[in-house]
Amino acid sequence: MTPTNRPLSPHLQVYRPQLTSVLSITHRATGVFLALGAPVLVYWFWAVADGADAFAASQEIFGGILGRAAVFMWCYALFYHLLNGIRHLLWDAGLGLDIPVLYKSGWVVVAASVGLTVFTWLLGYAARGGAG
Amino acid sequence: MMSLRSPLGRAIGLGSSKEGVSHWWWQRVTSVALVPLSVWFVFSLASLAGADHQTVVEWMRSPIVASLLIMFVLTAFYHALLGVQVIIEDYVHTEWLKMTSLIGLNFVTLLITLVAAVLLLRIAVGV
Repeated sequence: MTPTNRPLSPHLQVYRPQLTSVLSITHRATGVFLALGAPVLVYWFWAVADGADAFAASQEIFGGILGRAAVFMWCYALFYHLLNGIRHLLWDAGLGLDIPVLYKSGWVVVAASVGLTVFTWLLGYAARGGAG
Repeated sequence: MMSLRSPLGRAIGLGSSKEGVSHWWWQRVTSVALVPLSVWFVFSLASLAGADHQTVVEWMRSPIVASLLIMFVLTAFYHALLGVQVIIEDYVHTEWLKMTSLIGLNFVTLLITLVAAVLLLRIAVGV
């Protein structure tokens, strides 16, 4: 067969972003970002295992402004990927595949991922005793 | 109904090896396990915010917590391996680069998984 030069679908340059496509690529992006967190998590395990000094140094890193921003984004990415992952599992079971339901579940994922992230950080600050 | 088997498949006459969906299936099995595990993990870390070294070590030494942490690491890292593998297969089209990336991904994931397991066991038994 001779290869043709027809454009491949979806042709992203002319494709209007929709909630469904944006949520889909965000699922991938959050997945990659979470995978990048794996070595960071292992570093934290090492810090705990190594002793009080290494642990204090890790607290310094994660407690700083950049550290907190990174942990916050990992927290959001995890909740997003978790909730949208449940959405994927329901689709695999053949549920919620109609377009209106698809949009509704998409907005639920957006709202609930933000809500759960805020809730988790309130819980974290409460655990610190409001000291910041 | 029309048969969906290829003419070659029909001529050779072998059945399905039943492993065609293995990657897809394990991605789903790990994701189901990660629903409770990751929720537990995030809320545990949040409630440990600002805790001192002693408190964290005592928490991680409990047999239940140590086991759940090891389960979380094994499941999450394997899930990540399966996910990143698909992304490499989708976007890397140069054959040697794709193969090298996939092999490298397997090596790196195995290494950090083993390091994590050794560290968690070391904390759990306190040496």
